[in-house]
Amino acid sequence: MISSGVLRACRAFAVLALLASGTAFANPQPWQLNMAPGATSISQRIHGVHMLAFWVCVAIGVVVFGAMIVAMVRFRKSKGAVAAKWSHNTTMEVIWTVVPIIILVVMAWPATKLLVDMAEAKGSDMTIKITGYQWKWRYEYVDYFNKPSSVNFISSLDAESNKARQLGSGIDPRSIKDGDYPSYLLNVDKPLVLPVGVKVRFVITADDVIHAWWVPSLGWKQDAIPGIINDNWTQIDQPGVYRGQCAELCGKDHGFMPIVVKAVPKAEFEKWLAEQEAAKAAEQAGATAQATPAPAAQG
Amino acid sequence: MAAANPAIDHDAHDDHDHKPQGFLHRWLFTTNHKDIGTLYLVFSLLMFFVGGTMAMIIRAELFKPGMQLVQPEFFNEMTSMHALIMIFGAVMPAFVGLGNWMIPLMIGAPDMALPRMNNWSFWILPFAFFLLISEIWMPGGGPQGGWTMYPPLSLEGGTNVAFMIFAVHLMGISSIMGAINIIATILNMRAPGMDLLKMPVFVWSWLITAFLLIAVMPVLAGAVTMLLTDKFFGTSFFNAAGGGDPVMFQHIFWFFGHPEVYIMILPAFGIVSEIIPTFSRKPIFGYQAMVYAIASIAFLSFIVWAHHMFSVGMPLGGELYFMYATMLIAIPTGVKVFNWVSTMWGGSMTFETPMLFAIAFVILFTIGGFSGVMCAIVPADFQYQDTYFVVAHFHYVLVTGAVFAIMASTYYWLPKWCGNMYSERWGKIHFWSSVISVNVLFFPQHFLGLAGMPRRIPDYNVAFADFNMISSIGGFWFGASQLIFVGVVIHAVYFSKNRATTQVWEGAHGLEWTVPSPAPHHTFTVPPVIRDDALAHGDVTH
Repeated sequence: MISSGVLRACRAFAVLALLASGTAFANPQPWQLNMAPGATSISQRIHGVHMLAFWVCVAIGVVVFGAMIVAMVRFRKSKGAVAAKWSHNTTMEVIWTVVPIIILVVMAWPATKLLVDMAEAKGSDMTIKITGYQWKWRYEYVDYFNKPSSVNFISSLDAESNKARQLGSGIDPRSIKDGDYPSYLLNVDKPLVLPVGVKVRFVITADDVIHAWWVPSLGWKQDAIPGIINDNWTQIDQPGVYRGQCAELCGKDHGFMPIVVKAVPKAEFEKWLAEQEAAKAAEQAGATAQATPAPAAQG
Repeated sequence: MAAANPAIDHDAHDDHDHKPQGFLHRWLFTTNHKDIGTLYLVFSLLMFFVGGTMAMIIRAELFKPGMQLVQPEFFNEMTSMHALIMIFGAVMPAFVGLGNWMIPLMIGAPDMALPRMNNWSFWILPFAFFLLISEIWMPGGGPQGGWTMYPPLSLEGGTNVAFMIFAVHLMGISSIMGAINIIATILNMRAPGMDLLKMPVFVWSWLITAFLLIAVMPVLAGAVTMLLTDKFFGTSFFNAAGGGDPVMFQHIFWFFGHPEVYIMILPAFGIVSEIIPTFSRKPIFGYQAMVYAIASIAFLSFIVWAHHMFSVGMPLGGELYFMYATMLIAIPTGVKVFNWVSTMWGGSMTFETPMLFAIAFVILFTIGGFSGVMCAIVPADFQYQDTYFVVAHFHYVLVTGAVFAIMASTYYWLPKWCGNMYSERWGKIHFWSSVISVNVLFFPQHFLGLAGMPRRIPDYNVAFADFNMISSIGGFWFGASQLIFVGVVIHAVYFSKNRATTQVWEGAHGLEWTVPSPAPHHTFTVPPVIRDDALAHGDVTH
């Protein structure tokens, strides 16, 4: 009995530790406390600079708040403390001006290196054009290893979430699942499929108002702005489903335009792309076939 | 102290003779800095509750996943209006009110330099907020594009766009006039012997804030005027289809917006720099460093604006520059925090309500500063930007920063204003209730943001449910706690039998503590004789 209780406590602690370190999960989890390291080397380095900044803040906090607590305990009038007269100490003032500068350099150094690496979008083997609309995303597969592609589609909130999110729908958001994952408001009708291990360049814009394309597991968000084309890139290491949301207020359904990236092995991706190309070609052939008889009938 | 100064005895005699009779005559036509200060403070408290009610609606909808109470359009209206009302209606007028009341008393001036303009700059405000709030009942509702008013979204509204822009113009005119008045007062009306570097830190913080206001409010006016002409007169400043640039609005807006952030915190620094020495019974540590730190922060505020826009697609050089410049702010801010702690060190402290709020300010504002430094790290900000992490950050600096400082100053100076002591017991209940609930409210929002919850959304995935519920409970609790505050103030003004002494607090120094409590309607009609040891910061060698 006791040992099972201890075991359960240990397990609970392990789960908490995982939650705190953020290593375990790619998508938001209940009681998640920290940023997840994500699915790319860039997102893991971002997690690294985040944790560095966090621990630096904790260390400074311990010193400053510690000093305040000691002062509040030691220098109370009720304990007979008599106020000192000094109000100046040049040595101390120089120290606490210079030491923070050094700490800031320590934080800025890895951040600068990472930022320089993130800015390097060259050498990509695939281009995706993302366009934000109120309140959905269009994905266009521009090219894949120098081969142009015509695949493009709209991706919007899945029907189940959309039904449940109406005011007073009476549907329990917890009942909506994609596989095992409670996917309420984080699922779409048609995900963006990407190959694992390929450097993908995104060109991002919008058609109406400003949106922002954000998948936390990829490590960044990028504003989608009408009239402007932004670019960014990713290279996903692990197959998986990575969920995100629009991150720039874009009107009434801003909270209801999620993003789902489905990362699959390269071979599987190529098969999928070929199928989509074929479907697109068939669709176009159909459209041409329908369009052709018209002039014939006229003639 | 009062007896030593014939000017003050003279004032006390004049008190009953010069106060205008009749409600309208006293309040509508007033040119008295104390009455106008009171008007500002009462107005800001009212707006605090209006904006707070909107926050309650937001937290109620976010109490659990699924839409239960309001439509998304109305939710967006609430977030937009909550911000506009809290910034322009609650925090800024509260500081102007404190400045109006205290600056003449602290520098030994009989009134503000431009008393009629003072009246006008207050009485614009009720009309500005009538315009703004009345939009809720107009067809199409109020602004739904956020207080930042980013085009093209903000231009999708109907008539509310014009109402919002004119309301912002009126608030801007009011702020600029208030700032001119404060600068004119501080630079021209100091009593002989009140050198610039002997002024209380609060007066210094307001002098610098006033220059920030004059510098940036016209920039906001320009930005919203361009929005107005884009919307109604066919221009294309921000319309990409017409050759304009939507990002240009963000640059102009944040060139206003970042100094605006410091407009809302520098006077708070000043207040805390008055309260901590008083209750530590020890002069402020590093007076000159404090003044120079405020000036440095004000200067830096002009050159860091684009850190609000790291995800907008700036070139690498721009992002690096704005990262480094933003991180620099930590240095003068750190100096201030270290100086407050050093002021406490070696003191003889007591913990009355103003001191409790000031200490909570130092700790919780510093936590807001920590998340601020984290947000400056550009790669990490690619994750934080537009999430609840940022919401937590700016509520720590604005609620536990600016609002806590305003509450601290109310408890600190209320006995001087109304002549009665507030109930220390209820003040402390208000403090502990607020300080616990505010952390229940905002601390979990850090976790939500890091887990991936965007801001400004009316509904969310079930993974965010637990912390949102905790945050909402904290929100309702914090909101209810502020009713205690109103009760304490009303009790002190109308019912308290505990008369305040002239000095009020044992450790208080400075000219405002040499006039009787309540401060007579007219003070310092004859300039006071200033003895350095009576000043809060008499020793200028430091």
